[in-house]
Amino acid sequence: MAVQSSSVRKVGQSSRRPSLHLGMQETLWGLFFISPWIIGFVAFMFAPIIASFWLSLHEYEVITPPQWIGVGNYTKFLLDDPLFQKSLFNTFYYVILSVPLGLLVALGLALLLNLNLRGVAIFRTIFYVPMVTPVVAVSLLWLFLFNPQFGVLNFLLTQVGLSPIGWISDPLWSKPSLILMSLWTVGGTMLIFLAGLQGIPTHLYEAAEIDGANVWRRFLHVTLPMLSPVIFFNMVLGVIGSFQTFTQAYIMTGGGPVDSTLFYALYLYRNAFKLLQMGYASAMAWVLLLIILVLTWLQFRMGRSWVYYESEPLK
Amino acid sequence: MRLSQSILGYILLVCLGIVFLIPFFWSISSSLKNDTEIFVFPPVWIPTDALWSNYPEALAYMNFGRLLRNTLVVALLNTIGTIFSSAFVAYGFSRFRFKGSNLLFGVLLATMMLPFQVTMIPLFLIFQRIGWLNTFYPLVVPAFFANPFFVFLLRQFFLTLPRELDDAARVDGANPLQIWWRIMLPLAYPALATVTVFSFLGSWNEFIMPLIYLTDQKLYTLSLGLSVFKSSFTTRWGYLMAASVTMTLPPLLLFFATQRFFVRGIALTGIKG
Repeated sequence: MAVQSSSVRKVGQSSRRPSLHLGMQETLWGLFFISPWIIGFVAFMFAPIIASFWLSLHEYEVITPPQWIGVGNYTKFLLDDPLFQKSLFNTFYYVILSVPLGLLVALGLALLLNLNLRGVAIFRTIFYVPMVTPVVAVSLLWLFLFNPQFGVLNFLLTQVGLSPIGWISDPLWSKPSLILMSLWTVGGTMLIFLAGLQGIPTHLYEAAEIDGANVWRRFLHVTLPMLSPVIFFNMVLGVIGSFQTFTQAYIMTGGGPVDSTLFYALYLYRNAFKLLQMGYASAMAWVLLLIILVLTWLQFRMGRSWVYYESEPLK
Repeated sequence: MRLSQSILGYILLVCLGIVFLIPFFWSISSSLKNDTEIFVFPPVWIPTDALWSNYPEALAYMNFGRLLRNTLVVALLNTIGTIFSSAFVAYGFSRFRFKGSNLLFGVLLATMMLPFQVTMIPLFLIFQRIGWLNTFYPLVVPAFFANPFFVFLLRQFFLTLPRELDDAARVDGANPLQIWWRIMLPLAYPALATVTVFSFLGSWNEFIMPLIYLTDQKLYTLSLGLSVFKSSFTTRWGYLMAASVTMTLPPLLLFFATQRFFVRGIALTGIKG
């Protein structure tokens, strides 16, 4: 690949040298092709981001014009909005448990599928299908599974001799319930893991086997390092995605009971569109952006010590 | 050793498969139950006599035909816009190098991480100002300005097509627009199919955007309609499950029909670099 692109570039350069305006043409065509994205980026992202920051420094309740309050919205988070703090806590709780557990389940399923048993495609389909199901339908379906009186989950609990629990109607169990539910939709992550596993060259396993490594050691010293970029990729996307968890809580619990599933995105939505505190909600959005940036940066920093890229030598 | 390993593998796969299927099985079985069988504990797994009438009744209550039509309009327009604009931009990023093109591509990748919440409020206010609330425009128009994820995916695909194709066509007098339309798009058919399916499923299942932009019941999409239906029929589980199953059916069929694109599509993202 690298060889090919460099030779292509050489051909391009030699043909470009005679007249300068060929390079100009190249630029113009390039800009022409990417122009839809540039226009969309400016109109639907860049401008709104700036506007969002501007709004975050104002009190804006839609009916009256925005009022400058400086960092007032931001200090309110820390000083007197217990719900803000609660929503932040709930979200961190959810992210910290659902992302690693989701990675584990997805990797486990991918490893099973990668055994290349006959008929494995059926199982791949079964594990992936929840991803294709609309979130609203998934939420309704699990709402019924979680039903404390007639739900299947409590039935299964009683079958194995445990006492039934309140699931999403119990403030103690509501978050673990939603985390459990999130494990049902790891199919996308699983497929990415599977693609990663299939990309590991078999000669590495053969070499390890000749060296006397058993299944576990091969997993530890071949699979995990070779898969670490994929794990990293899934982890970063998982954190960003689950930090924005919204629909499940909106439909299933509305943030309850006792605000135990009031996630950040849900509280932000409520401020913006139910309480019409557009300035305050914009400030929340900016804090969300900062949190995601910091978490992503942290993961990249920590990733340096455990993510292995083939192009660089092992430390 | 080998045999015992595959037997263990099968046992695990079957057990996990059952666990993953229970929610589906339960929703289908509940969608066919009458109210007395829904509210029993321990639960009845297979309804004694299937109450098929739950389906037409639930669908009539939620005005399914209208919801379906709205969803199809939004999803189809969205998908068409996404495919063409993303393939257009992806071709630009895969073939033309100029000052700042790498930087722009980096910006494009970075925007994939941007939470929707950051742009949500200003976009709502803008769309409100120009009178787009309670229209499909906010759900459809942005799709015509390329989706970063699909641009990335299609660019990876275009990079695998030999440049000699472009060069040969240029020698024959074709301009880049013609090359894109006549040579690249037909060759990119497998990647475009992936994007089509992903994009259609995405907008079929989309919930937040319709929730924000549509308040007129006549314009509701299926996701929104189902969530409203839920709040008015909290205890009619037979209806709710029948409606959920029906809404899940089209994406499921599309998935089964196009399954082979999915795995390939994921591999296309080429995360291993």
